Amino acid sequence: MKSRMKIEREKLIHLYQVMLTIRRFEERVIIDYQSGAIPGIVHSYIGQEAIATGVCTNLRLDDRIISNHRGHGHCIAKGADLNRMMAEIYGRKTGYCKGKGGSMHIADFGIGMLGANGIVAGGLPIAGGAALAAQLEGGDKVVVLFFGDGATNEGEFHEVLNLASIWKLPLIFACENNLYSVNTHVRYATGLEHVSERATGGYGIPGVVVDGNDVIAVYEETQKAVAGVRAGGGPVFLEFMTYRWRGHYEAPGLPDLRPAEELEAWKRKCPVAGFERVLLDNEIASRQTLEEINGQVMQQIEDAVSYAIASPFPAPEDALEDVYSS
Amino acid sequence: MRKISYGQAASEALLEEFRRDEKTIHLATDVPPDLRKEFGEARIRQTPISESSFVGAATGLAGSGFRPIVDIRMATFGFVAMDQFVNQAAKITYMFGGQARFPIVYRMTVGASKSFAAQHSISPYSMYMNVPGLKIILPATPYDVKGLMKTAIRDNNPVICFEHMALETMEGEVPEDEYTIPFGQAVIRREGTDVTVVALAKMVHEVLAIAEEMKQEGISLEVIDPRTLVPMDRETIKASVARTGRLVVVDEACITCGAAAEITALVVEDKRIFRRLKSSPRRVCGLDVPIPYSPPMEQYALPGPEDIKTALREVMA
Repeated sequence: MKSRMKIEREKLIHLYQVMLTIRRFEERVIIDYQSGAIPGIVHSYIGQEAIATGVCTNLRLDDRIISNHRGHGHCIAKGADLNRMMAEIYGRKTGYCKGKGGSMHIADFGIGMLGANGIVAGGLPIAGGAALAAQLEGGDKVVVLFFGDGATNEGEFHEVLNLASIWKLPLIFACENNLYSVNTHVRYATGLEHVSERATGGYGIPGVVVDGNDVIAVYEETQKAVAGVRAGGGPVFLEFMTYRWRGHYEAPGLPDLRPAEELEAWKRKCPVAGFERVLLDNEIASRQTLEEINGQVMQQIEDAVSYAIASPFPAPEDALEDVYSS
Repeated sequence: MRKISYGQAASEALLEEFRRDEKTIHLATDVPPDLRKEFGEARIRQTPISESSFVGAATGLAGSGFRPIVDIRMATFGFVAMDQFVNQAAKITYMFGGQARFPIVYRMTVGASKSFAAQHSISPYSMYMNVPGLKIILPATPYDVKGLMKTAIRDNNPVICFEHMALETMEGEVPEDEYTIPFGQAVIRREGTDVTVVALAKMVHEVLAIAEEMKQEGISLEVIDPRTLVPMDRETIKASVARTGRLVVVDEACITCGAAAEITALVVEDKRIFRRLKSSPRRVCGLDVPIPYSPPMEQYALPGPEDIKTALREVMA
């Protein structure tokens, strides 16, 4: 990881704090899932924290993001409340969706987080619409669309690239290429080394391949992209190369067919540990400061879990509410 | 009162609502010229033939404060965007705990009888009735399409407006003054005493056309047009069957798992009404075949006047 200390200290510390929050949040979710306290399915974001963090740190509150099934990191990075997130994952009434959505459907419209999505590529057209809304409003809002390499074989991916291109939408395609859709390698599934070739070659959308485990690289490339989009330059495609440390989702016995040595190699490129070294080597933060941050983060996660556990479950008949808006 | 066509009435509804609310935006592969002229390219937006993208874009627009109207044209093209209807638009308010509204109107034409063959002749409203979160309207007259469309555009939920192709040129009385029609209010098109006939879309007119003849035979029809399928005016239908003791449901869509089955079930499930039934209810619907091309086969596959009359005589027997 290169050291490029153009970024002010405060921002660097913020990046670290957000990345660490995502890491600790996800670690705790896995533990509580395995203990049976959390029902359903959770898709861990561990290993990819630098992407949500580096991207969302460039966004304003009124910018909007759309997420996918692996969405906890995007929510946290956009500023979601950890208590309400954890309560939702725990299926509690105080959760973001009153317990109706769970891990895969967390949304907070108040902070421009227009929702995670359980259908691969399902959120892409919605992001296109949100970007069209931003364009019609006439301001300089941007929309960031998070999706994985797996989504790039869905028809909706191509349809939305096309719409974004012909309408010059203020949309940033943030592709998290973690090399696998479940157990299928991206090279097999796409025939390409980099899926951003589809955006550049097929739709005339500028694309950049970025080290998705280097939060500074993610931050700086996104900063350029956001500036371009805000200035009316039309859509940009950022392909972040990364790797998920866990299986596709947390479940006992889910086969993980990826080579063990590949996972180990990527773990050595841990985005959190790597950034810690940058902060220490450049004397941005002392070991003690980092440990203090870790302590604060751990406390926040503990508080979020306490909040969730103390919160009531929804009443069964609450299932009848919110099918329609009034 | 002036008379205008069903198609004109629908266009008027759009024009009036676009004037009324600047957050409305129209998405379609075919641009309506009058709307484009008055409201410009940005709001009256031409789309590529790319249904998933623009049906989904409507959800994103709606979630961002706009009020999109999406013209799918034929309902058959809607299948291309099924994930966006079923998994996204219909569920999104609920999944997110009601924190955002998604006001969207989708227009789709339905119906057969024009030798368009199977892929362009379909009435799939019951498929969408099976998806909680969507509202479904099925206007059968120029008056209703205008009033219901205006209500649909002002509603804060995804609404599908199914318009029967054969009704497009049908003329009817439509007042110049503004009006809207609330959802969930059926209309009794004809009062009668012997058989409650619930008819959908074009079939409303097919049933009304034989009502006098049946009266001559001594069968008095009470003809009900539900007008909206979700929400469904159960009370008007049930009250009518409670009076007549007989039910025939006429729908052009395939019989299996159709709206007619739902209407029949809501009646017979009510114990008070079940006890008053003088005959088992009958459905007169399309056959369970893809609609064939050649006219004699197509006509055979769809419910016609003779099928309706036969059913009426059977429930009276």
